[in-house]
Amino acid sequence: MTTYIFKRLLEAIPTMLLLIIISFLLMHAAPGGPFTSEKAVPAQVLANLNAKYGLDQPLWRQVANYVWGIVAHFDFGPSFIYKDRTVNEVIAQGFPVTLQYGLASFVIAVIAGVTLGVVAALKHNTGIDYAAVATATAAHAMPNFVLAPLLVLVFTLWLGWLPGGGWEGGELKYMVMPVIALSTSFMASIARITRSSMLEVLHSNFIRTAVAKGLPMRKVILKHALKPAMMPVISYLGPAFVTMITGSVIVDMYFSTGGIGRSFVDAALNRDYSVMLGVTILVGALTILFNLVVDILYAWIDPRIRY
Amino acid sequence: MFMKEEAAVRLADIAVKGRSPWADARARFARNKGAMVGLFVLSLICLFAAFGSHLTEFTYDYVDFGLMGEAAEKGAPSWSSGHYFGTDDGGRDFFARVVQASQISLAAGLIGSAVAVIIGTLYGAISGFVGGRTDQVMMRIVDILLSVPFMFVIILLLVMFGRSIWMLFLGIGMFSWLDMSRIVRGQTLSLKRREFIEAAHATGVSSGRIILRHIVPNLMGVVVVYASLLVPIMIMTESFISFLGLGVQAPLTSWGALLSEGASQMRYGTLWLLLFPLGFFVTTMFCMSFIGDGLRDALDPKDR
Amino acid sequence: MKKRLLLSTILSLSVAFPALAANPQPGEELSDNQVYTYRILDAIKSMDPQISTDVEGSDVLRSLFEGLYNEDGDGNLVPAVALSHDLSEDKLVYTFHLRPESKWSNGDPVTANDFVYSWQRLADPATASEYAWYLELGHVKNAADIIAGTTPVDQLGVKAIDDHTFEVTLDAPVPYFPKMLTHTSVFPINKAVVDKFGADWTKPENMVGNGAYTLKEHTLGEKVVMVRNPAYWDDAHTVITEINAVTINDENVALTRYDAGELDQTDVPTGQYPSLKEARPDEASSTPYSCSYTYVINLTEKGNPALQDVNVRKALSYAVDRQILVDKVLQAGQAPAYNWTHFAVNGFAMPEIDYAKWTQEDRDAKAAELLTAAGFGADNPLKIQLNYNTSEGHKKIAEAIAAMWKQKLGVELTLNNMEWKVHTDKMQAQDFEMGRYAWCGDYNEASTYLGLFTTTSGNNNGKYSNAEYDKLLDESSTAADPNVNYTAAEQLLANDMPMIPIYHYTKVRMNKTDIRGLPMNNVQQTWYAKDLYRVKQ
Repeated sequence: MTTYIFKRLLEAIPTMLLLIIISFLLMHAAPGGPFTSEKAVPAQVLANLNAKYGLDQPLWRQVANYVWGIVAHFDFGPSFIYKDRTVNEVIAQGFPVTLQYGLASFVIAVIAGVTLGVVAALKHNTGIDYAAVATATAAHAMPNFVLAPLLVLVFTLWLGWLPGGGWEGGELKYMVMPVIALSTSFMASIARITRSSMLEVLHSNFIRTAVAKGLPMRKVILKHALKPAMMPVISYLGPAFVTMITGSVIVDMYFSTGGIGRSFVDAALNRDYSVMLGVTILVGALTILFNLVVDILYAWIDPRIRY
Repeated sequence: MFMKEEAAVRLADIAVKGRSPWADARARFARNKGAMVGLFVLSLICLFAAFGSHLTEFTYDYVDFGLMGEAAEKGAPSWSSGHYFGTDDGGRDFFARVVQASQISLAAGLIGSAVAVIIGTLYGAISGFVGGRTDQVMMRIVDILLSVPFMFVIILLLVMFGRSIWMLFLGIGMFSWLDMSRIVRGQTLSLKRREFIEAAHATGVSSGRIILRHIVPNLMGVVVVYASLLVPIMIMTESFISFLGLGVQAPLTSWGALLSEGASQMRYGTLWLLLFPLGFFVTTMFCMSFIGDGLRDALDPKDR
Repeated sequence: MKKRLLLSTILSLSVAFPALAANPQPGEELSDNQVYTYRILDAIKSMDPQISTDVEGSDVLRSLFEGLYNEDGDGNLVPAVALSHDLSEDKLVYTFHLRPESKWSNGDPVTANDFVYSWQRLADPATASEYAWYLELGHVKNAADIIAGTTPVDQLGVKAIDDHTFEVTLDAPVPYFPKMLTHTSVFPINKAVVDKFGADWTKPENMVGNGAYTLKEHTLGEKVVMVRNPAYWDDAHTVITEINAVTINDENVALTRYDAGELDQTDVPTGQYPSLKEARPDEASSTPYSCSYTYVINLTEKGNPALQDVNVRKALSYAVDRQILVDKVLQAGQAPAYNWTHFAVNGFAMPEIDYAKWTQEDRDAKAAELLTAAGFGADNPLKIQLNYNTSEGHKKIAEAIAAMWKQKLGVELTLNNMEWKVHTDKMQAQDFEMGRYAWCGDYNEASTYLGLFTTTSGNNNGKYSNAEYDKLLDESSTAADPNVNYTAAEQLLANDMPMIPIYHYTKVRMNKTDIRGLPMNNVQQTWYAKDLYRVKQ
């Protein structure tokens, strides 16, 4: 297993490089640059800007410089739009925010989702099952851009319980609405996948045998059924976890959390190449890492799996 | 999904004997009340999308300048005015707009999920079954696609090929299958070590046949459920792609666009602009969900 | 004459009043709470006056720094760091007399050298300011060559005669030059601080400014917090103790939070002004805002051939029912536009445009007549593509105009929404037939608008070119009354119709009633937090 993990980590290097190059080319091929604005910047001023930010160099050279900056100094360059900040600063400010509300959402979504899914599966085709599926479906179908303003309306304006936005270093009362808005649909997905997977496991011979042998149901579920049933849930959670901790543009937009989700979209719309790449690299690295974690978990769940 | 050898072998047997393995599933599906109701209601929504425009004298883009900008005062739904769903802020009949939006969004949801099911399942099954270096390369491609800024891919499609409904579906399809492929691969990794698969392998059944006849049928449960989860995501992806200019063009609209407009006005006395699209959207999701679970039950050979 | 009037106004103001400050009226009792919180749409991009380009950034910078002049609530100049100025006989040399008591937040005096430094920094190619051209626009001597890198920075036409006398030399007379000085890009910055901290000098812990407030916190996408600067020369007359600029991307959520009492000011969402004004007349306000909205027509060979016919362009323009657009779509006091320059620009005499006075029926009839004469009709419908950047507001206007043209003229307008940068890129590459465009005045004078349609303008995306028009604009800077030239130029635009003017902007806001001192008549929407105060209610 150690060799396998080591191999995978080595593999990550060319993968990241490829990701950087593809993203770089995509961004530069798209129309408009960081300094394209409705008030056209005069050619001479544009030339000065391009010179300052190295955009006058050939593309291969820009990529090479960029990668070298990361490898040699862990420097992702200056932001082209937030001109008195570096990419490192933008990410250092936004990522802890999304990490906090993302992790909280993740924990809540997993606990609530798995519980709902398991209960529904155990009570298959009963009222409880239908209620659980209906709850999950409704939660999944509620777009978060509808949910978010609704939360502000209810909890801030009508009830006056929670501040309508902001972060203030992650105080609990500022975190409640972002976490609800972010976790709801993930919770629903986890519940539905868990339910379906759990049903298959419950109908398999070894569980039937265990039940037939008279083992208590609770023990059968927790000891024997839950682990194998988690297989597809964990496949789903790998990318979902990365999505959650790298934030949601909707959450950042509606709750003024200052997270990295909004920075990323802002950067994309403004062609802030360096912030775009910085966040892409972060997302890429996390994706590769957590998909590796998922593969390790597979082997733990099902020891017969070999890579 | 565990210990399914029996079922898969039986499925294979049935296939060999030329009896349709799907007949049983169809019968089981037909007995599932929730799924049948879901299918019925979904059919109604599809009929509404297809023929709803004949039920109103208005078209989705006709502007009544007398009603423009006064949705809250004059636009409420009413039978007598013929605006069954009211009018929007632009002075247009909202019923006609919801009908038209349903066409786009149902197509986007169904096509996106179909692509995810077909490409995602095959890709994931091949990756997991073949394993080794092939698996590594295929999965790293997925990792890259999961991380690449999607927005720029869409913008480049727009710049290179121009706007068309097919480019919209291509854009949706291109990224819809990634998570599916990872889920399917995970299941396949676990399935391929089962005795019945190894037995099939040993008796010289080709890899392609094993994947199609033995692996894929055993995956259908989770695939179907996940596909039903993808539908709303695809419908929202459509509105994002349209936002970037590749998708449908105003005055054409979609559920995603109507929902976002309606949500932005939820406080301003025009709640019908949110509730009608939301109603259709949520109802469709319920249908998908019950059909998905029904299919899962029907396709689970143990669950008779 | 206008110019001299302005100068004397400044001079006399500087003698008569100390300057503008929070000025509670008799009978108004100040509240104990003097914290002011307002909504901003986006994160502030930069806190560096020479680098900042956006409107919301300027609003913040006007509290952290102070330039030569400020504006009052009507857009007139009032003394700030400069008490007054003299203008040479040839109208090329401005000598500013600086306020001796003006100080940086670290206690250093603000001197003419600070202005020399920051103006040179603005022009310096190494700074790469997106607003470097602003000095070129003001015709500051050698600015263009310095930006091009062919002349050293110290050759810029600025000089410190002594600590409190700052001299600027222009290479051509610019009658509106003093008005340009309220812009943040020509604000002073402290050289010692920039030298010490480099790019980090704008961080809250490092920044030194000469404004009424200092920067306490700046979290991207969350908020900016500013507190009083005790070293500010007029701190004694400043009332608001703390300013919070809160980023809220969604205007509807911002309004909800305003209603919940979290904000003192927010923007009114499109279409909501009439009902808010009715419900809360003291809070909702709509004031002229110096921006104009238009559909530009591509007049190059890459454009639509049918639109090269001026009669077709006129027909389309006539058939736009602007009254419906402002009354039913925008609904917030915007003015229908038949000309280009915003109606409320300081000193601008609105031209008498012919078709502005017709009834809409007449315009529609004329439009139909012109289009038929041009050979378009039911069997040969005119087909046009309109580009616009994706936004709810632009879409509503485009949909309404498409319906007008279709229902009145049978014109088939295809709407092409695009992501913002793609749209801008296509406009600037003349890759469009008709495109949405809006222009906001850089300063409070008509040439900021009309200069756009000169042949050499970098923002003339439709490539309109008329020698007579160029000549009128060229001569306006030395004309005794530039309005004669401006009126003639506007008439040419109405005759040639290189763009379809649609409306003149208003700023539509909700303000809490206990906040006083807000400027209500400044078309540039320039405001200073130091002039505000909160009364007890």
